[in-house]
Amino acid sequence: MTNAIRSWVKALSGSGLIGLALVVFWLLIAIIGPFLAPYDPGAFVAHDVFASFTGAHLLGSDYLGRDVLSRLLSGARYSVGLALAAALLASTAGIALALLTAVSPRWLDEGVSRFMDTLISIPSKIFSLVLVAVVGSSLPLLLLVASITYMPGSFRIARSLAVNLAQMDYVQVARCRGEGAAYIAIREILPNMIHPMLADFGLRFVFIVLLLSGLSFLGLGVQPPDADLGSLVRENISGLGEAAPAILMPAIAIATLTVGVNLLIDALPGRGRRMAGKE
Amino acid sequence: MQTHVEVRDLCVTAGAHTIVADVDFSIPRGGVLALIGESGSGKTTIAMALMGYARLGCRIAGGSVRVGDTDVLALDEDGLAALRGDRVSYIAQSAAASFNPSRRIMDQVVEPALIHGRMDRAAAEKKAVALFRSLALPYPDTIGERYPHQLSGGQLQRLMAAMALITGPELVILDEPTTALDVTTQIEVLRAFKQAVREQGATAVYVSHDLAVVAQMADAIVVLNKGRIRENGRAVQVLQQPEDEYTRTLMAAARPERAAVDAPKVTAAPLLEIKGMCASYGTTPILRDINLTIARGATLGVIGESGSGKSTLARVIAGMLPPSTGAISFDGARLPPSLSMRDKEQFRRIQLVFQNADTALNPAHCVGEIIGRPLAFYHGLKGPAAAKRVAELLDLIKLPASLADRPCGGLSGGQKQRINLARALAAKPDLIMCDEVTSALDTVVGAAILDLLAELKRELGLAYLFISHDIGTVRAIADDIMVLYAGTQVETGRRQGYDGVARHPYTDLLIGSVPELRSGWLEEQGTRPAPPVIGQPKDGADLCRFLPRCSWRICGTCEEFTPPRHVTPGGNIILCHRPEGASEGAS
Amino acid sequence: MAGPATRGLLATALPLIGKRIASGMLTLLLVSLVVFFIAQLLPGDAAQEMLGQAATADAVAALREKFGLDRPAPERYVRWLVGMVTGDPGYSLVANMAVSDVIAARLPNSLLLAALSALVSVPVALTIGILSAMHRDARLDRGLNVATLSMVALPEFLVATLAVLVFSVQLRWLPSIALIPPDASPWLILRSLAMPILTLSVIVIAQMARMTRAAIIQQLSQPYVEMALLKGIKPARVVLTHVLPNAIGPIVNAMALSLSYLLGGAIIVETIFNYPGLASLMVNAVTSRDMPLLQACAMIFCTAYLLLVLIADTVAILANPRLRNR
Ligand SMILES: Nc1ncnc2c1ncn2[C@@H]1O[C@H](COP(=O)(O)OP(=O)(O)O)[C@@H](O)[C@H]1O
Ligand code: SF4
Ligand SMILES: [Mg+2]
Repeated sequence: MTNAIRSWVKALSGSGLIGLALVVFWLLIAIIGPFLAPYDPGAFVAHDVFASFTGAHLLGSDYLGRDVLSRLLSGARYSVGLALAAALLASTAGIALALLTAVSPRWLDEGVSRFMDTLISIPSKIFSLVLVAVVGSSLPLLLLVASITYMPGSFRIARSLAVNLAQMDYVQVARCRGEGAAYIAIREILPNMIHPMLADFGLRFVFIVLLLSGLSFLGLGVQPPDADLGSLVRENISGLGEAAPAILMPAIAIATLTVGVNLLIDALPGRGRRMAGKE
Repeated sequence: MQTHVEVRDLCVTAGAHTIVADVDFSIPRGGVLALIGESGSGKTTIAMALMGYARLGCRIAGGSVRVGDTDVLALDEDGLAALRGDRVSYIAQSAAASFNPSRRIMDQVVEPALIHGRMDRAAAEKKAVALFRSLALPYPDTIGERYPHQLSGGQLQRLMAAMALITGPELVILDEPTTALDVTTQIEVLRAFKQAVREQGATAVYVSHDLAVVAQMADAIVVLNKGRIRENGRAVQVLQQPEDEYTRTLMAAARPERAAVDAPKVTAAPLLEIKGMCASYGTTPILRDINLTIARGATLGVIGESGSGKSTLARVIAGMLPPSTGAISFDGARLPPSLSMRDKEQFRRIQLVFQNADTALNPAHCVGEIIGRPLAFYHGLKGPAAAKRVAELLDLIKLPASLADRPCGGLSGGQKQRINLARALAAKPDLIMCDEVTSALDTVVGAAILDLLAELKRELGLAYLFISHDIGTVRAIADDIMVLYAGTQVETGRRQGYDGVARHPYTDLLIGSVPELRSGWLEEQGTRPAPPVIGQPKDGADLCRFLPRCSWRICGTCEEFTPPRHVTPGGNIILCHRPEGASEGAS
Repeated sequence: MAGPATRGLLATALPLIGKRIASGMLTLLLVSLVVFFIAQLLPGDAAQEMLGQAATADAVAALREKFGLDRPAPERYVRWLVGMVTGDPGYSLVANMAVSDVIAARLPNSLLLAALSALVSVPVALTIGILSAMHRDARLDRGLNVATLSMVALPEFLVATLAVLVFSVQLRWLPSIALIPPDASPWLILRSLAMPILTLSVIVIAQMARMTRAAIIQQLSQPYVEMALLKGIKPARVVLTHVLPNAIGPIVNAMALSLSYLLGGAIIVETIFNYPGLASLMVNAVTSRDMPLLQACAMIFCTAYLLLVLIADTVAILANPRLRNR
């Protein structure tokens, strides 16, 4: 097992390694970030607002004189955790529905696909804005909004994979053997979807991080006193004229997370080739 | 004779490994040299190196290629571009994929002449039309206006020849130009190629895996194996007195010997019986009025060109496509038409083996899982008992038991096809349907699979429905043979019944189109007489589907009435207005 | 010389295009159902919201009747839909104006920003995509790959704030607020829009360039490309005359997706630069729960998206002989 991981890491390109490092870094921060914070993220500890980098406050202070580093370390868990959960939900639901439609009767398949096509043609930001307007922005509802918004995309990819795989000779062989739909979906089709869907999961995670931080930036996402990285940018927007680290650092933090995931996905071995059906 | 093309010590590498090494040969001006070998032996790589071209990831690492006075490998990019398509031209294996789908044929055919400044557009189009005519293409004046998807494979292959010949090249390279074609089309295309190349006085390199085709085309033959030359000599010598061991293996595999099989014990009730079966995809009718029986332990060969409905027949029997009319009975009992109505025992007794083992084995499973699944599913075999049985089955198909833990991705084509077979055997079926099981394999490997099938049949008393497009393969294994043409069953009978002259006109064309393994065969085959003139086919009548191509059709009958079934002197049943089919006496 | 293939190009393409139009309309209808349905999930209704908690039950009921809120949902849906189609999507309770007037004031601004951004980004993206594809796996391609890969993942507010910091705070070249006075000269308009355009373009260029590259590379692996090279055609010419016509379908499709982003996705850019476009209007509608306005904005964005996809489909049909004549 460890050998497999080691050889996998060795196969990564330079940019892939950078991506992997960034992803691992942010996952760690999401877990242990709050324990590393030098100050209470809610406390007014600096003498000055919008202070620049100092020894006491490595990333400066915010518009109320709070420690930016501490706020960042505790905000990361919202950005990473919420997006991870939402992406998992979206991908799992998308894959499950896709498998269901791949082995179910024609009318069900067509109905579900038509409905998903409808949802896809509502641009994702618009869709999530409408949803937020109606259900509000508590944390569980934000998670739900993000996963509903990105589930149809995941369904579409998973379905096209599943439909292609369902045409493969080995699936026909299983049918002729008399296997049931559940066996075919789970044992014959699903294992061959995992690799491409993993890449899609990464992409969806990036989209959701951007969506949630965008919502927070607009004041429609994570609500105070909780704060994710997007909220940090929003609350410090008045520091823009002074080029305060309080506004730039959270934005850069998000960028390193999303760019990292993207670089990692792009370097995944066999991506694309597998989808083309070659060995 | 003056040497025109000379290759010395040619060496091509892909990354760290060498794919072609130490290749030497020369061709006199106007000569035709064949490169022959199995897939992966480096034929195409060498052919492309003659134009100074290497595919992405490959590199011409050494040696020299001389065409006339030109040292090809010393040319720069501009020099190569000037050479390619002008002095040296190329005819690719799959014409359908090698034409740009979004541009008209004419634009693509005249392009080399325009690019190389040979003539202006009007002159080029005129020459193209002349070439179309000499290549016996239909509608030579307007065919260039079409797009590739509007033409058949055989037509595209000839159009590609026109594209290659338009600049009057001194060297033409033909890379498996007829492999993708049906055998009845192949013979026409071969004839057209041979004449066109000869008219131009060009030197030619003919790449193929098929010895019989090469025998018709080449003066000299180079036999390749794993990127090296095994034998190089005059065609007659290589074909008649091969010196190399490998060449002899190839020759033997090209003509599969019929393994001695005892005549099947004819039992009263047939194992499989189909009566008056028709099937369609949606509203498109495919199969029409199919009647067949397979006795226990017997082999029925099904032959027909691609798209004739062979696979559809297997799908109907397997229950994947319910027939629209007709009945299928198995071992005396009626077989439910669709999968959902069959029970496990019915599934178990009929197994289907697909053509392409690459796609028939799930890459996510290992060999043991693949073979073990039917054991668990049908026989409830699990754990050590199943492992033991998997090992036995692997032994039966002559593979080492250690393979059980391997994923099937890394196995060779032949090994995969054996595992494909073992999975069917694991069910302990009575009938195995083999759909083109040797077609995707190299001749030598395919011949070994045929031997294995014959052996299994002897030991296990299996019955086969053996589907192939190749009459030689079918003859080597089948007891009875059925010929499909465009979904109709045009002829059925004992294997020996096909040896006589009284055959259905299509069967006659099919058998007469298979090249023999000797030079000069192509010339001996007189061109078939053009189909006689007939009236307007009657609207709505269920006419003979072979009518448009049939040289034996009867004016006033064939275009008016549905053909009846007759029994020929050889005992075969044919679907034709001529009681004796295409026999001399009947014409 | 009109061969059999050319005859009736329109006759064969039109039914296909008609089919796409019909399918687009159906989708739009379903979208309107979804939007309406979601809006119905909001607890309480507009009348209650408008009059506040203190209002008497009678007053609320009267207002409900005035706006037809007391009717059953299917009837309200039909009314709303008819209103949307006839250009009367309702009354914005928050702005106290007809929704159509509110939108009319904003829509031209959005279209202007989107059009200018498209004008900048499409040529740049095409150039990058084609260059990358032609130098596949060479250093240039790998560099561009990492660059575009990173660019698509950047949050818009980072790009926007960096742009403000550099061009407005440091260099003092451009205004940080994209307010356009009514009598502004074209030059002034361009100057004030420069940063929003720049920000939008960065992201859209990266998306489109990647898709263009992928579409071309997919074609480059086709056997007809090898054949063209073996006919002695130079690589650059092969890409222009053989590959591009085949890649045009997927490329315009990618463009449609990206350009639709220029309208609806501009939310953050419009907010940061205080630009009075439709997207920031929609954010206001969300904050104030102004459902008629929100629904109307959502439908406009969806229509724009479907329209762009339709145009892309039409181009793809016309470019592809296999689709346009059989
Ligand atoms: N799934 C399908 N749907 C519609 N038509 C099909 C399908 N599969 C095959 N066909 C058509 O049925 C005919 C017979 O096909 P097939 O049985 O595969 O022929 P063969 O195996 O002899 O090559 C062909 O014309 C083919 O195009
Ligand atoms: S029925 Fe007529 S057209 Fe058909 S094969 Fe017989 S002779 Fe030929
Ligand atoms: Mg077939």
